[in-house]
Amino acid sequence: MKTLIVSVVTPDGPVLEDNFEMVSCKAENGELGILPGHIPLVAPLTISAVRLKGNNDTKPIAVNGGFLEVRPDKVTILAQSAESPSDIDVERARRAKERAEKRLKAKQDDVDFRRAEYALKRAINRLDVAENR
Amino acid sequence: MASLRDIKTRITSTQKTKQITKAMQMVSASKLNKAELNAKSFVPYSEKLQEVVASIANSGEEAEHPMLKAREVKKTAYFVITSDRGLAGAYNSSILRAVYRTIQEKHQSEDEYTVIVAGRVGRDFFKKRGIPVTKEITGLPDQPNFADIKDLTAETVQLYIDEEIDELIVYFNHYISAISQEVTAKQLLPLTNLDEGANKSSSMYEYEPNQEEILNVLLPQYAESLIYGALLDSKASEHASRMTAMQSATDNASDLIDDLSLQYNRARQAAITQEITEIVGGVAALE
Repeated sequence: MKTLIVSVVTPDGPVLEDNFEMVSCKAENGELGILPGHIPLVAPLTISAVRLKGNNDTKPIAVNGGFLEVRPDKVTILAQSAESPSDIDVERARRAKERAEKRLKAKQDDVDFRRAEYALKRAINRLDVAENR
Repeated sequence: MASLRDIKTRITSTQKTKQITKAMQMVSASKLNKAELNAKSFVPYSEKLQEVVASIANSGEEAEHPMLKAREVKKTAYFVITSDRGLAGAYNSSILRAVYRTIQEKHQSEDEYTVIVAGRVGRDFFKKRGIPVTKEITGLPDQPNFADIKDLTAETVQLYIDEEIDELIVYFNHYISAISQEVTAKQLLPLTNLDEGANKSSSMYEYEPNQEEILNVLLPQYAESLIYGALLDSKASEHASRMTAMQSATDNASDLIDDLSLQYNRARQAAITQEITEIVGGVAALE
């Protein structure tokens, strides 16, 4: 089976670099599946889980604020944060979720509302990834 | 001439100060190591990001985005990075002097500029002089994560997008080596010098959904990462400059102790000599 190199990079340093058979992720306008030999592509990612498939195994990674750069033999994911399930602080994510929910209920001005919404999305995404490991 | 006891007290107190500065120097040295590592691990991210941004921005004429285009400057924002604590030699003062001078030279009224400041020292400096501070962040850890500064960078970039500011200049100490740092002013927004690094990537990309959308996501991220990069750079400078300052404080303390010891020994010898003279004098008087 052909493989492609996947590297995940964040401002705090590289998270992972390895060979995988397929990358599937959620871009801004729908799911994307990348196999080796894909044409060069750039796409922004939503706050979601990126699934890396290889060796009959799927590795999820929670990304936020990122985008995907594809070359025929290499996929680079640049994200503001990216965590594999073992790195996720579940307690912290849960607290963040509660905080965001509270703020959403309080309904303040637009900016705070939007920020709380993003925070909630990030927390839910982290919890999802952490639970499905 | 100071008495024996006075000199002794001064020696002990100087010794204690020396111990402290020595300890601080070693702490800063280890922090500097970590800060250098942090700055290094950020490099792959920023390089990749720059490469993609440059290749998009240079791929066609239609790549237009407000963040790429210079507009008439009505309000300039200065993003100033200082430290929370002092005792770092000229680290803070040189940067604050540079910013202050620029502001005095370039602007007539307060409406033309604003300051965004990181670090307690800088904040106090600008508040005291009545310079408008739009945003501030203090209490950043010595080894900052991207998450620590993300809100501030996002808000700063948003200011530009909302056209509240028309130019963003970041002032920070660029880390050259452990003994030399340089005050650097860098224009972040609008993004102009994207051509660097464009030649490296020859591949043309497909864009999903389209170029404009991607630039909308990518450019703010790019600008934020530049600010974070400047912060990491200046953290390394801060530790380096504190290390150097403490090193020279320790050296000065050693010199002072040497001088004082010499004085002390002289004074002691003088006292002994005087005692002997007195005894000899007394004996001579008896004979």
